[in-house]
Amino acid sequence: MSEASIQFKHDADESTVDFEHRRWMQDALRGYENSRGGTEATFGDFEEARKTAAAIKWEAIEHLDRHLESFADKLEARGAKICWADNGKEAVDYILGVCRDRGAKKIIKSKCMTTEEIHLNPALRAAGMEVVESDLGEYIVQLREEDPFHFVFPAMHLKRDKISKIFEEKIGSEPSSDPGELTMIARRQLRRKYCEADIGISGANFGVADTGMISITENEGNARLTTSLPKVHIAVMGIEKVIPKLEDLSVMLQMLGTAGTGQWLTAYNSMIGGPRRAGETDGPEEFHLVLLDNHRTRLLADPEQRDALRCIRCGACLNVCPIFKNIGGHSYGTTYQGPIGSVITPHLRGLRSFKHLSYSSSLCGACTETCPVKIDLHHHLLRNRRDAVMEKGGKLEGFAFRQFAWMMSRPKLYRAGEGMMRFAARLRKPLNGGRMDPLKSWTRTRDLPDPAPKSFHRQWKERRKDPRGGGS
Amino acid sequence: MSREGILGRVREALAHPLHPDVRALAGEGTRDAREARGFLPPGGGTFRERWANFTRLAEKLNVEVARVADLEEAAEWLAELESSEGWSRVASHRHDLTDALVTELGPEVLWTDDGVDTDALEACPVGITACEALIAQTGSVLVTGKGCGGRALSVLTPHHIVLASADQLLPDMLAGYDLLRERYGDDLPSFISFITGASRTGDIERILVLGAHGPKRLTVIVIG
Repeated sequence: MSEASIQFKHDADESTVDFEHRRWMQDALRGYENSRGGTEATFGDFEEARKTAAAIKWEAIEHLDRHLESFADKLEARGAKICWADNGKEAVDYILGVCRDRGAKKIIKSKCMTTEEIHLNPALRAAGMEVVESDLGEYIVQLREEDPFHFVFPAMHLKRDKISKIFEEKIGSEPSSDPGELTMIARRQLRRKYCEADIGISGANFGVADTGMISITENEGNARLTTSLPKVHIAVMGIEKVIPKLEDLSVMLQMLGTAGTGQWLTAYNSMIGGPRRAGETDGPEEFHLVLLDNHRTRLLADPEQRDALRCIRCGACLNVCPIFKNIGGHSYGTTYQGPIGSVITPHLRGLRSFKHLSYSSSLCGACTETCPVKIDLHHHLLRNRRDAVMEKGGKLEGFAFRQFAWMMSRPKLYRAGEGMMRFAARLRKPLNGGRMDPLKSWTRTRDLPDPAPKSFHRQWKERRKDPRGGGS
Repeated sequence: MSREGILGRVREALAHPLHPDVRALAGEGTRDAREARGFLPPGGGTFRERWANFTRLAEKLNVEVARVADLEEAAEWLAELESSEGWSRVASHRHDLTDALVTELGPEVLWTDDGVDTDALEACPVGITACEALIAQTGSVLVTGKGCGGRALSVLTPHHIVLASADQLLPDMLAGYDLLRERYGDDLPSFISFITGASRTGDIERILVLGAHGPKRLTVIVIG
């Protein structure tokens, strides 16, 4: 077992038995489902809109080279500097270089999962810079020195008392149990940070190929401030975020809002094309874009799972996933949690260490059904399982299944085994759940039901003898 | 680290033949956003429909919308807002509508046209801007860095007031993009934003709080 999978098992075990936390999560996500349902109903035809969103992203992926070229050329013509980064290290080095050239000390960031993926913050901090996350949820988890719990709702696992406590500890504010007041405490803190920052770093939800602009979706306005006030703006995006045309955003933005949070559109959907232009009154003097591969081309080359690159990171698959609801986001130990994270992480970071994620699914298909760009998520999980077995099959598991098949095809042997099982179950019963229980790894957290008094096979036989006898 | 390196890998990856299952998933819908217009929430064919959609969504978003007959009535609205909030200063930019309305208002005006002093703007209780368009489909205000006083003016003050004329109300986002292309051609402003309600967050226990980082209050005054 890889280190990541041992950690996963441990964390998942812990959060699954925390019933209060599970109830909390389920209540929160029910709220999401309700508002999303209401918004879907306002569409002329939501299912057709979904198909369009999937087709637009497919067009983008199918001709990714062309769209990337156009995107980069247009953006450069608008005065942007572009870094094509093969991997996280190249991206981080480039960003560090820009920061050093500008003599930057203070950096403000708006939410960007790609920078989490390349571990940018620790690198900037190690280089002596102050890095502040400005999205409220990200700000809270940053103060707590933990990872985002959910890539759209980073602090959804925290109740107000914990948030008040961390504010008290880290920024010396008065305790409060009012979410409004807590938000205002963060607002006041962060206002200063925007004004003082030398550089603003943002992500991008889409890159528009035909106009050379990035598009950022948000609710708080923190990304707008991050990209307006500092003298330098650096945006970081994966190469798969490109879409062909400006008009495509009319579909994509409304799908992202609806699937992401249940809003028909989030409060700010902004496009940024380069630094401040002649005749404009404000905006950064410099605009850098880091275009990141980091094994996305490996996923692109996969003949079965290329459609996973359609992902717009709305987080809907997490919100409906029964596994996510029970184990929570931190257990995954990955930048991208939930079903989509379980699908793409093995491609981005290696199947060997992350194959266990393919099993963190009930294969119920709720993720596939909810995905606004129709990624075949649960089948991809199954494909990753297959690939993991093919790469390094469990020999013991194979042997066990062969034994099982052999026994199942021999009815007499099966019945003899059944009788023995019944007997063994009676012997085990007094030990149930205790330390001596041979099945303790099961019974520690679950019930083991008693076997039925009579097997189906026997009931069937008895019924046939006496059809009116009731059978049991 | 090179453009050709990544593009080369992309081309190589795309040359791999796809599994038929994935191919089947690929070709279902239209790839043309324009054809998908009817699948999205409605904008409205007539002004009356558009107005009904815009105001219905604005109400859900806690956006205050005032419809006034003319500039004079708009001035009265502004004066009323001014007296209820007691503005020490007003931030705005040069535009036909703001020239007419903001100059007369009373408080000193911070114009952003010749550059923005962030600290001074931050201290203003209100920013008054024009807009490129209003969008009925989503209840949004479409602004750009060029036509609406820059990037910061519409996000830094606690109260953002938008001045628009009734004929700026467009049916949907697509119409908004058409307008931008028509107005600016290849020289699109470096900043374009669909503003849909005041700044908001639900990051603490999913409880809606307005004014997370940007304006707590958004008012749209529609003239004509």
